[in-house]
Amino acid sequence: MSERNPSSGTLVTRRRFLHGTAAAVGGALAAPYVVSRASAAPTELTMLAWYGHGEPDIVGAFEKANNVKFKPKYYAGGDNMLALIAQSPPGTYDVILSDAEFVQQLNAAGYIEPLDPNDYPFDDMLHDDFTKFPGHWDGDKLFSMMVRFGHLGVSYNTKAISAEEATSYKCFWKPEVKGKVGHFDWHLPTLGMMSLYNGNGAGLWDLDDKKWKAVQKTTMSLRPQVGGFFDYGGTFNSLKNGEMLAMCGIGDWITGVLQKDGAPVASVIPKEGGIQWTESYCIGKGSSKAGIVKKFIQYMLSPEGQVKSAQMAAYPANCITKGGRAALVAADRAEAERTNQVDGNPMDPIALIKNGRIHYRNIPVKQSLEDWNDFWSEYKNA
Amino acid sequence: MNRFALAFRLPIIVWQGLFFLGPLFFMIAMSFFLVKNYRMEEAFELKNWARMLTRGYVWDSYWYTLGLAASVTVVATLVAFPAAFALAFRVSEATRRWAIFLLIIPFFTSYLVRTFSWYVILAESGVINVGLGTVGLGPYTLLNTPVGTIVGYLTLLLPLVVILQTIALANIDRNLVQAARNLGYPPGRTLFAVIVPLAKTGLIIAALFCFILSFGDFVAPYYLGGSKPPTLPILIIDTTKSGQQWPRAAVVAVMMMLTLFAIAATAIWLAYRKRSAA
Repeated sequence: MSERNPSSGTLVTRRRFLHGTAAAVGGALAAPYVVSRASAAPTELTMLAWYGHGEPDIVGAFEKANNVKFKPKYYAGGDNMLALIAQSPPGTYDVILSDAEFVQQLNAAGYIEPLDPNDYPFDDMLHDDFTKFPGHWDGDKLFSMMVRFGHLGVSYNTKAISAEEATSYKCFWKPEVKGKVGHFDWHLPTLGMMSLYNGNGAGLWDLDDKKWKAVQKTTMSLRPQVGGFFDYGGTFNSLKNGEMLAMCGIGDWITGVLQKDGAPVASVIPKEGGIQWTESYCIGKGSSKAGIVKKFIQYMLSPEGQVKSAQMAAYPANCITKGGRAALVAADRAEAERTNQVDGNPMDPIALIKNGRIHYRNIPVKQSLEDWNDFWSEYKNA
Repeated sequence: MNRFALAFRLPIIVWQGLFFLGPLFFMIAMSFFLVKNYRMEEAFELKNWARMLTRGYVWDSYWYTLGLAASVTVVATLVAFPAAFALAFRVSEATRRWAIFLLIIPFFTSYLVRTFSWYVILAESGVINVGLGTVGLGPYTLLNTPVGTIVGYLTLLLPLVVILQTIALANIDRNLVQAARNLGYPPGRTLFAVIVPLAKTGLIIAALFCFILSFGDFVAPYYLGGSKPPTLPILIIDTTKSGQQWPRAAVVAVMMMLTLFAIAATAIWLAYRKRSAA
């Protein structure tokens, strides 16, 4: 059958009619769905961070509650982070997680937006230092918000090194662990530890020529003990399978994950002192989504966010707010106790900072990072 | 060259120009650039070359990498040869085809995964040491040593060398081998006076591939050798990680390229060199 359309004069076949009708009906039925899907499309937030921060265990609940979707790009090391930002146009990253010692450089290069201090819970901080963390402020202007921290010290296999021996970096030179001391392959934490072992204390990063040479000499003396230099995965593996019995340059952020897995490893802050790594959130320069990023940073500083950070699957950290600590104790007392985040514990990370046993990680003051890296390459080749 | 022939050659010429010569020239140019505030700036300075060539650790890495690649080339060539010989001369055509197919199968899986699987075997509590322990030996440290690195290299390269050697040996004119035997050459002399010279080109190319791939490999020395000491590819990574010194890393890369050019040119000259007439 065919009919002629009187207005256009074109031939309308039954098949064309059915096709047209089906398309019209289908379109009408699908329209609300398409419209609702379009209106519900999540806002994409680009994130530059260490591995794990954009994973569902951290951002999943926030994504669901705020209809956003994180698109993380992970880096390894502050240098790497700075380079990625330097090579990208403004606005590429909405939220940037930085190691605290690199915030100053991010700010100096104009890569981050200022923050409003009134937006964040400074009155709830566990330690006064956290309210004015070095490098995070430029005068009265806030540029980065600290969210978590952890400590680096002696990480060891509890079957090979006793808890008493682990109270000093000296245990790395123990004859029984010759060839079994590993290094996390980054010069900054290891050389910082060697500086502490040399007795430089709070001046561990501010080394004159004589002290710098002494640090190099101490480090070189450790070389015969060294069994390998490892990245994140290699560090995990070698400690877990017992290839390495002690690891220099790390802390509970690695052994904590392994402990949960049943490995006989631990991390302690030795008597010479430990180093604090600190992670802070910034809003990327030129981000068009600063409002939702601010909300995300607030979420990470909320008790819920702090608990998620403390329990992070990739690597655990300590809470920085009183509310966060209380929530962690309530939600996961075992983890709070394992990490000494219980008020009154002598090894409470906050108490260690207050006692002067912890020093914030920094970059070398009198040498350049290149000088340290050059030595690191020599050391690896020795 | 007619237009038709040129049209056929054009894709590979364009490909090589875009993805080999172009990046190569850029890398050479980059070795003269400078890095300021983690950002590369175009320049023509010799500072990177002066710095890298005067660092002892660069040369330590260079000689170590060269020695390691040469060692694995010798080991792979010697280990592969009996297998390749057997596949070329002692088995049927069908068996050879199956064997080559089986040798290709390892390439279906990620090299990184294959490398990590050696952890289970080489670790102090791994398969080898447990086996040795049953007869009262060991445990021996195999991971994070040059032995571990060579095992990793062989994981990647041994199948390839066997395949290339097999193809080279299988293409030898059997009549020449038979003639040598008929003329009274013992098997050993036939091997070294007839078979090896006839397969020389293929054997050298196999060794060359082995050298090139091991010289530039990052995975085995890092994950099985424990980066101890670092090879040149690891040094490149280290250099880029610290301060984003891509230009200095480019210096190391150019050093590697020049070395490989020299070795490849020598190998190809040896492979195709004609014997002088008596």
